[in-house]
Amino acid sequence: MDLFSDEYTDGNALAGPLRELFTVDMTSAVGRCVSCGGEGPVAGMKVYAQAPGLVARCPSCQEVLMRLVRGPSDAWLDLRGTMSLRIPMPPE
Amino acid sequence: MKLPPGQYLTEDFPVLTAGPTPRVPTDTWEFVVVTEAGEKHRWSWAELMALPSEQPTVDLHCVTKWSKLGTSWQGVSLDVLLDGVDTAADYVMVHSYGGYTTNLPFEDLRNGQAWIAYRFDGEDLHPEHGGPARLLVPHLYLWKSAKWVRGLRLTDEDEPGFWESAGYHDYGDPWREQRYQGD
Ligand SMILES: [Zn+2]
Repeated sequence: MDLFSDEYTDGNALAGPLRELFTVDMTSAVGRCVSCGGEGPVAGMKVYAQAPGLVARCPSCQEVLMRLVRGPSDAWLDLRGTMSLRIPMPPE
Repeated sequence: MKLPPGQYLTEDFPVLTAGPTPRVPTDTWEFVVVTEAGEKHRWSWAELMALPSEQPTVDLHCVTKWSKLGTSWQGVSLDVLLDGVDTAADYVMVHSYGGYTTNLPFEDLRNGQAWIAYRFDGEDLHPEHGGPARLLVPHLYLWKSAKWVRGLRLTDEDEPGFWESAGYHDYGDPWREQRYQGD
């Protein structure tokens, strides 16, 4: 059944906005979904960008993993849908 | 012509969405109001259609800075829907099919300020624009006019909705340019 239409881009749309906040490339970070437990790279998230902010959803269960709102002098990053983010680091 | 501060005029109707567009068949659609005492009031699509409707012409102001003036809608005033609802709630959480939420003071839904709208520009409301029915509360930024509206939860305490909990203003008055928290 055609329950949903989908107009989204992949998580590479988050590369620039997240680079503003973090000093590492976040698109290869691996997130775990609070809702379904699924794991995947940020680049694999479904990103809805035609909105007041960026909304990244789980490719498995469609729940919201990340909300990123950029105001003129603040950014808000809501990660309550993400249990953890595993971020590749340069070797110590 | 007067626009709220920081807004520009557009003739088209941009589609903003925070997720997949729900396709809600009207034969299973329902609108539910839950009071702070837990009392539920339900309307089926047929029951909504049987209520007296209004045809407001209103200006829309999106927080992403476009404004669209003189838009024509048809819908049922919240005054009609809330008429038999026994409540002293101060706040409302609006819930949508697809999981979206937005919060506003209860009084902003009363006195001819808000509708459950199901027709736009003389046609059934397209799912892209929130059909089969959306909340229309045009005196606030458009993110408060929840698409695919499913119900209202009336509450004593204010709680932040989908965008209000991620940096956007709790109230969202375009004329006071209340875009972000702290504005
Ligand atoms: Zn998931």
